Amino acid sequence: MKSCAAERRQTAMAYAFLLPTLLVLGLFHFFPMLQAFGISLMQYTPGSPRNEFIGLENFRRLMGDAAFWTALKNTVLYLACVPVIIALSLALALLVEPQIPFIGFFRACYYVPVVTMMVVVAYAWSLIFNTDYGMLNQLLVGSGLVSSGVPWLTSPKMALWSIMSVTIWKGLGYYMVLFLVALKTVPRELVEAARIDGAKRWQVFRNVTLPSVWPIVTLSSVISAIAALKVFEEIYMMTRGRADTATLVYEIYQTGIDMERGSGLEMGYASAMGVVLFVLVLAISAFSIRTMDRMYSS
Amino acid sequence: MARNKQLRAGSGESGLRIPATELVWRYALMVALLGLFIGPFLWMVSLSFRGTENVYALRLIPEDPTLRNYIDVFRYFPLGRAFANSIFVALFTVGLNLMLCSLAAYPLARFQFLGKRVVFLLILSTLMIPFQLYMIPLYVMSLKLGLADTLWGIILPGCVGAFGIYLIKQHYQTIPVTLDEAARIDGAGDFAIWWRIMLPLTKPAIAALAIFIFVGTWSDFLWPLIIINSTDKFTLPIAVAKLSGAFIDRSQYIAAGSTLAALPVIIMFFLMQRRFIGGLTLGAVKG
Repeated sequence: MKSCAAERRQTAMAYAFLLPTLLVLGLFHFFPMLQAFGISLMQYTPGSPRNEFIGLENFRRLMGDAAFWTALKNTVLYLACVPVIIALSLALALLVEPQIPFIGFFRACYYVPVVTMMVVVAYAWSLIFNTDYGMLNQLLVGSGLVSSGVPWLTSPKMALWSIMSVTIWKGLGYYMVLFLVALKTVPRELVEAARIDGAKRWQVFRNVTLPSVWPIVTLSSVISAIAALKVFEEIYMMTRGRADTATLVYEIYQTGIDMERGSGLEMGYASAMGVVLFVLVLAISAFSIRTMDRMYSS
Repeated sequence: MARNKQLRAGSGESGLRIPATELVWRYALMVALLGLFIGPFLWMVSLSFRGTENVYALRLIPEDPTLRNYIDVFRYFPLGRAFANSIFVALFTVGLNLMLCSLAAYPLARFQFLGKRVVFLLILSTLMIPFQLYMIPLYVMSLKLGLADTLWGIILPGCVGAFGIYLIKQHYQTIPVTLDEAARIDGAGDFAIWWRIMLPLTKPAIAALAIFIFVGTWSDFLWPLIIINSTDKFTLPIAVAKLSGAFIDRSQYIAAGSTLAALPVIIMFFLMQRRFIGGLTLGAVKG
């Protein structure tokens, strides 16, 4: 009887500690989350008398919406950043791994883009990519490599790839640090023994280094893939979605929130796109949990 | 002969020797990469010191360096206000996160109570669900609650987070339970145990979490962009974005504003590198 009272007392105490957190998460996260699914089934504009339940109509409309397909295509294309970022950051980590003089300085400098806000990074890079006065075109035209400025951010063929290179550039330092931590777990005796036995650098990397850092390869792939699906700021700052660069999140923002858009906000329709994004993120999370489970259990 | 040319790697713990030729190409490559990673920022900073002539001329040191742009950007744009707003938002977001995350983590680490598993899974589930899914209903709700176009509207939705709770909980679990029991025998209540034992013993984790939250909040863009309308409520990232709309023909102003906005975090980073990198990689390694 007494222990039962003690248990009840502890439950009450536990919820006292958890109360502020549960209030914030419930009000600002779970409640709007449920609403998002509800709104995605509605024709919804705040303050409009015509808000009504329309079933799957928003999703049906998405199927025939060219802008949505472009955004979805760009979001999926953005996943191409993942292998590039993994390969380059691993190479970078291998470069700065040895404890030689000033190595800390170099590592820190490569990390600066990570701590700098994306808005500033994107602006700095638009000064480089600008067709008319950008640094890159000045160099290219000046050296005679091209006859006129390359439309890095204005041509639909190139713009998305230019922006992706900025995303990759900003992230490299972060994944470099993850790989530096992982490289410490590479069994040193094994590397030395292999080298003494005359193994080539590539063979050591392939057979000793890579298997030991593989868990971080998986982890980094998941983190960067989910980040790639949510890309927004680079697009907003560098092209405003022009030159066929709108991604899903940019399209959601434009359709549901951007007041500067003339044709009125369509929050229900935008929420339907949000549901598509949610499904993509969930698919990657589920896939990653399964892979990691298998990895850690073996 | 070749063996004599080999240099011993500096750390001592590393037994591998690096040949001199390899050292040369390593440093050459690292210096070249320095240009790639720092160059774009230097170009922007260079632009911020230029007068009105030859703004984009290909040189790092301006012909006639001037501080004019820095003064003007404050005069023609409420950048000072944006700084104050960003500091306000960052202080409260970090402070509330530290407090709420450590409070919530305590029962999750120490108590047996009804619904514990459900509560913990609910908290963790927020990590899997993209904010971009529900930012629209959250915005509508903020309008109704009178939080739209206020700094508190930025702070409140982000004032506690699953990752912080998880991190602190993991650290609480490394503290021996015997410490709590001893304190309990001395008559301490749950709150006193949390405040006097758990909190002081998790200081490094709390510092790391503070940096993690601070950097995230300082750079946060999408939600403030949605919820803030008035110029006097802009945070720095919004101010930088609006600057580039307002002064299209004055890149020097935008460059000056961007440099100032990015500088505080970069300075903090160089002052506390270890802490910073530790704090920012927490998200991946522990989560």
